Amino acid sequence: MGKFSKAGGREMPELNTSSLPDLVFAFLFFIMMVTTMREVTLKVVFKAPQATELQKLEKKSLVTFIYVGQPTPDLRAKMGSETRIQLNDAFAETSEIQDYIAQEKSSMKEEDQPFMTVSIKADKSTKMGVITDIKQALREAYALKISYSAAQRVD
Amino acid sequence: MAKKKRKVPAMNATSSADIAFMLLIFFLITTSMDTDKGLARRLPPPVPKDQKNEDIDIKKRNLLPILINSSNQILCGDQFIDIKQLKEKVKEFVENAYNDEHKPEKVEVDVPFFGKQMVTKNHIISLMNDRGTEYQAYINVQNELAKAYNELRDDISKKKFGKAFADLDEEQQKAVQMIYPQKISEAEPKNYGDKK
Repeated sequence: MGKFSKAGGREMPELNTSSLPDLVFAFLFFIMMVTTMREVTLKVVFKAPQATELQKLEKKSLVTFIYVGQPTPDLRAKMGSETRIQLNDAFAETSEIQDYIAQEKSSMKEEDQPFMTVSIKADKSTKMGVITDIKQALREAYALKISYSAAQRVD
Repeated sequence: MAKKKRKVPAMNATSSADIAFMLLIFFLITTSMDTDKGLARRLPPPVPKDQKNEDIDIKKRNLLPILINSSNQILCGDQFIDIKQLKEKVKEFVENAYNDEHKPEKVEVDVPFFGKQMVTKNHIISLMNDRGTEYQAYINVQNELAKAYNELRDDISKKKFGKAFADLDEEQQKAVQMIYPQKISEAEPKNYGDKK
């Protein structure tokens, strides 16, 4: 009965990969859920200070970010290494913060405006003078809810 | 002749895995995973321009001044202290367990769930910093202050409700907040020796 003995040795059974796309898609959706789109390209480098009593920022759409730190190495030749403030995609002076906040505020829904939060992402070696200026500008702009962005300290 | 069943030709799906992978990699690159966390604070509203400079009298016993100088040293009350001691200092000050006459005075307040409570309602922690203070030092101090309040609130929540402060419902949290109100005042910034 030559029916069962084929020529050639045993063949490796092929792995069924038809569900692989589904697996990858499931993974893709997971990633899309837990991450957020990076909206701005950072022009400053900062290392967040560390703290333990942290609160999570609620409602991403209500949060405005202010970045403070030294310009990135490739921009340093042009901008110097002085601590700078970044709003959206550009460097800014403290005097521009108030306009920026007002603009951000007006782009929100009216009922959301009181819940607007400003997150200050500053380098940990920043001098407080800069931070104080920002805080004063925020007060003037009536953006009173702020959050000092910080990393969790493990001790 | 038996009728052959017609089959829909299957689409070749071998490359869909590759397409999905490409999408995945695109999202991995363009998104960031960082969950934003931070110390939440509330700023005082701006001072109206026509406001007269009135000095509000605060009894000395109700005030705990904390100063951070440009070399990140902390002056609490009238002595230099280490950051590790700050929390206990603040807790002692806010709680005033033994009714010390140099600590803030206690006022009777009617609190829901708790009834009448003696509360150091008028205490103020005044935080001042120099323009040259490092941000990390400032955050450290803010963090210790938050920790002191959180621990006090947790203590009383556990005693009364058997739960941590964060697990209480809104009404209960409000009651606990009435007993330990968070009062941190940040002075109007001054330039010390820095001419602008």
